[in-house]
Amino acid sequence: MPLMTALVAGFLFGLGLIVSGMVNPQKVLAFLDVAGRWDPSLAFVMLGAIPVAAFGFFRMRLRQRTFLGQEVHIPEPGLIDARLLIGAGLFGIGWGMVGYCPGPALAGVGAGSASAVVFVGAMVVGMCFYRFLDSLFPGK
Amino acid sequence: MTLDWESATPLASLLGGGLIGLSAALLVVANGKVAGISGILAGLLQRLDQRNAWRLAFLLGLLFAPIAYEVLWGMPEIVVTTDKGLLISAGILVGFGTRLGNGCTSGHGVCGIARLSLRSIAATAVFMTTAMLTVGIGRWV
Repeated sequence: MPLMTALVAGFLFGLGLIVSGMVNPQKVLAFLDVAGRWDPSLAFVMLGAIPVAAFGFFRMRLRQRTFLGQEVHIPEPGLIDARLLIGAGLFGIGWGMVGYCPGPALAGVGAGSASAVVFVGAMVVGMCFYRFLDSLFPGK
Repeated sequence: MTLDWESATPLASLLGGGLIGLSAALLVVANGKVAGISGILAGLLQRLDQRNAWRLAFLLGLLFAPIAYEVLWGMPEIVVTTDKGLLISAGILVGFGTRLGNGCTSGHGVCGIARLSLRSIAATAVFMTTAMLTVGIGRWV
């Protein structure tokens, strides 16, 4: 059953990316292009997504287990440190270069886009490279 | 800045966003997990065992959505660069940056802001800013 709900959640996420237009990197870039002809659509996506997601998180905030008996894993509040800020900064640069963040890139792979396949391949390499560097400095 | 209302799709984007929010809500209410795509993918790369099966199921659902949409309604056009050098360098930055910063647009931008996490609000402000700067600089080169 937990696999079924995860599958449905993934499907809904993909559907949302398509319906909202965010599978198209050009539309994402048009949002990021604040100095040019600005397409505010991505702001509406956030506006639609955040309150609905907030309802789910609010319901689960004090619970240890879900109705399916699954453990609840919600990150504890933490410090805003250099890793967070530098990581987010690097991610933003990559995002602004082609307009792909991880969700739409994976949906692009599902849609059969060759560019999305190349991007996701490189993204996996970047993630593995991080793990490698992280394993060199275990104390951090 | 000029507002491009002709290309803007406020209703469709609001509705699509609602579906993304519903996905995040379902995943936390049923599975107790945060719908952060970069984290889900990275966890799957670490090890593929029973504890991680939900990640695989989520990603399969995500990959299947465009296929189902294509069959039912026809997929919208996807316009993306074919410049391999650009795709590869951007992909590496996104992969590395999302691990170092513990999340992307979904984990920080949607779920993190939804649960009022200060870390996520800071991360979202930073990646929005560097992405906008990158696009802005790209216009001049």
